[in-house]
Amino acid sequence: MRFLLRRALFYLVTAWAAITINFMLPRMLPGDPVQAMIARFQGRLSTDAIASLYVLFGLDTESSMLSQYLTYWGNLFKGDLGLSFTYFPTPVSEVIAQSIPWTLALMGVTTVISFVLGTMIGVYAGWKRGSWIDALLPITTFFSAIPYFWLGLIAISVFAVSWGAFPAAGGYEPGLIPGFDWEFISSALYYSVLPALTVLISSIAGWILGMRNMMVTVSSEDYVTVAHAKGLPEKRVMLGYAARNAVLPSISGFALSLGFIVGGTLLVEMVFSYPGIGYVLFTGVNAKDYPLMQGIFLIITMAVLVANLLADVVYLMLDPRTRKAA
Amino acid sequence: MKSALNGKTIAGLSIMGFFVLIAIIGSWIAPYDPSAMSSDIMTPPSGAHWFGTTQTGQDIFSQVLVGARGVLVVGLVAGAIATVLSVLIGVTAGFLGGVADEFLSALSNIFLVVPALPLIIIVTSFLPDAGDFLIAFVISATGWAWGARILRAQTLSLRQRDYVEAARATGERTWRLIVFEVLPNLTAIIASSFVGTVIFAVLSVITLSFIGVASVSNWNWGTILFWAQNAQALAQGAWWWFIPAGLCIALLGTALALINFGIDEYVNPRLRTSAGGSKVKMRVGFTPVLRQEGGRS
Amino acid sequence: MTPVLEIRDLSVDYGQGEGAVHAVSSVNLVLNRGEVLGLAGESGSGKSTLAYAMTRLLPPPGIITGGEVLHHGRDKPAPVDVLGLSPKQLRSFRWNDIAIVFQGAMNSLNPVSTVASQLEDIYRAHRPEMSRAQRTKRSAELLRLVGISADRLGSYPHQLSGGMRQRVMIAMALALDPEIIIMDEPTTALDVVMQRQILEQMMRLREELGFSVLFITHDISLLVEFSDRIAIMYAGRIVEQAASEDMYRASSHPYSKGLLGSFPALHGPRRPLTGIPGSPPDMRSVPSGCPFHPRCPSAFDVCEREIPVLEKLSGTNGDSSRSVACWLNTPSLSGHPGVGAT
Repeated sequence: MRFLLRRALFYLVTAWAAITINFMLPRMLPGDPVQAMIARFQGRLSTDAIASLYVLFGLDTESSMLSQYLTYWGNLFKGDLGLSFTYFPTPVSEVIAQSIPWTLALMGVTTVISFVLGTMIGVYAGWKRGSWIDALLPITTFFSAIPYFWLGLIAISVFAVSWGAFPAAGGYEPGLIPGFDWEFISSALYYSVLPALTVLISSIAGWILGMRNMMVTVSSEDYVTVAHAKGLPEKRVMLGYAARNAVLPSISGFALSLGFIVGGTLLVEMVFSYPGIGYVLFTGVNAKDYPLMQGIFLIITMAVLVANLLADVVYLMLDPRTRKAA
Repeated sequence: MKSALNGKTIAGLSIMGFFVLIAIIGSWIAPYDPSAMSSDIMTPPSGAHWFGTTQTGQDIFSQVLVGARGVLVVGLVAGAIATVLSVLIGVTAGFLGGVADEFLSALSNIFLVVPALPLIIIVTSFLPDAGDFLIAFVISATGWAWGARILRAQTLSLRQRDYVEAARATGERTWRLIVFEVLPNLTAIIASSFVGTVIFAVLSVITLSFIGVASVSNWNWGTILFWAQNAQALAQGAWWWFIPAGLCIALLGTALALINFGIDEYVNPRLRTSAGGSKVKMRVGFTPVLRQEGGRS
Repeated sequence: MTPVLEIRDLSVDYGQGEGAVHAVSSVNLVLNRGEVLGLAGESGSGKSTLAYAMTRLLPPPGIITGGEVLHHGRDKPAPVDVLGLSPKQLRSFRWNDIAIVFQGAMNSLNPVSTVASQLEDIYRAHRPEMSRAQRTKRSAELLRLVGISADRLGSYPHQLSGGMRQRVMIAMALALDPEIIIMDEPTTALDVVMQRQILEQMMRLREELGFSVLFITHDISLLVEFSDRIAIMYAGRIVEQAASEDMYRASSHPYSKGLLGSFPALHGPRRPLTGIPGSPPDMRSVPSGCPFHPRCPSAFDVCEREIPVLEKLSGTNGDSSRSVACWLNTPSLSGHPGVGAT
């Protein structure tokens, strides 16, 4: 348990740091976003909205930095992330609440599949080092070097534009009303095939390479030699002894690579106009909708932290050494 | 470092060298002004326009040539700044230990866990005028943590080696110890973390240009894709508009990754893919038996 | 005495082609039924390579380039060449006939599995007919045999002390009642007291169960005490073989003398500690002739040119099992009386 407590404490500190960075950014960087904003939304901003903008961006010169900081925290705890300008006057929290299930479903499922599949291929490639599988490594390298969004563009042009097998944009058949009925869900699944494959193909290479290298390293550990010496079936040695140990660093790596994968996945959503948080971020960026961008950054960070904590729990279950104090 | 020059490293360095050359001479050898419009609208690749034209008649080949510079400048500058940061923070943390180490490690871990790309997007869009160097700086500010983490671990293990302990016992100053005893042994890892950061920086700057956060009047491969996306090049079947820039990105990324594999295999020889043209199948747990005629005495 | 394992002309290389390192060269060695054969040498002498090669456990880039490893099974009519077994036959041969107690108890146990699971693995692979309850019962018996209480079955390796881990390794080696146990530096990681306890226990078990032991260590004083015969390796070759008593009292090869002189004797008369000058050769460029000649206090001209062959030594004690590879023992060449009874 001490292991988990330590990790949880670290995530709390990280969350605090992310929130504070978010608070500081508009106050530290040059430029006056609020004036630009007021100019753009001439007359359409209520005095309330303008006041909250000033609080958000720290141009509220009347109060001290500290009281601004406290107000900022107070608003956060109320779930108040300000008002979005693109979707004016919808609160940012509402915009995020509508889009985040899409992202969680798409990103969560594909990331887990990519990790599991990539790790399995990596186990095999590392175990059969020197065989024909090594010839696949340069190809995987090439795929891991392609930006996610560009692969998405290619996928759209091949499968959606030329072939027409899959839709090029959106999350479900236009005109359907989102709900838990088969028609909607099947449509959503159909629309998610291309973006999901894009994320899968771009991200799997990293897991394959990482796991292969760990397998190669672990294969020369004493306990693997002992397992061979015991005359165990090869499958048992590969999975129960080598892979079982090699996967541990991969899981702690999973947590750390998540931030990177999330970035790539957001871009895939943009390219596919998928109704998730990445697409919302894209519209926010184009409209210079700072409250929306900042809110999304916070939510993504929190989601990544939670995913990290989950990865830690898995690690804890797989490595008895961290369970010591339990 | 001779053995680091295996096939992969050489292939990677050659591709990299080619792109560096393009970055230097690209704007001189480009047949057209990349921003100049013409009456050849949306033409597929031809003798006059090797990579075809855009919907305003701009020459895509020239855009790709000119755009190499922006990508490489940001990539290399950001890589260099981030590497300096990671060496400073990682080596200091590993060497000093104690509270300083706790603090610096926590700092690197925070930067590792916080998703970098959204942060870069937000910071850049707050900046009124995001030029190449400013972008390189923002990227390096978020991209140093991985290198720092690896360098810290390596420094920790180096610190306990006999020769460092010995130098320390003779009263060498800390900075001399770090510069003359520790840093030389970290060269390979520093190189690999530099290359890794360059990959990250290249992908980030291209992404920023693609979503239009960076200044879209500066040509780089991401900008080309930005205009292609804006002009619905995909829906119009203008594959030549986004294929060349994307392939360049992928090739550059592959080249950098290959350089890094070379370094990794130099550091950890077990990772090498082939045993150097051996005909015997090596299999862990089943040593091959290759009886030679006559045997040795 | 009947042989249980016969190594004939075994040669092992690391790598292939011109850069290949000859780690073991034409080694002949016989392990007799029920005996403890000690194999000594400095690190890099090829003693561990030899042990791993004869069970074909040598990791890449190790290659066996020649020779035979004949196993004379208890109830098999003809000897079997281990090097000719198929992977399937090899798997069934391993642990059934030869078990190994590895060096460095730290890493020999899988850190993420319990002791029970690592013991029962053996039965699942080799005795599929055993029920789960039988497996657990047998595993508990094994632990008791090496002096560990059965409630340690559920422990993970990191919860055990170094000595306990080594005992678990021994228990594992006994699981299938093998004819041969190879002990590769089984006690190097342990303190002297623990070392003795474990070796004494091992010898008691050997008397009870009757297996043969190939005991590999750099610590020749342990061999003198615990083994019946001793073979000494240098630069991938056996340079001397003799009964422990003879080896201790009257070794013939200057290297054996040096090796015996580097450890204090545990029993018997005190001798001055001498050690061997210089360091073991770089196996990538082994000296010409007798590989030991640059460090040898008695080297003369032939030693630089030709490799001495392991030859039976006659004369002393009338013991025909002694052999040595040294030009000093060819009186016509050296002009010395060959026997190193100095």
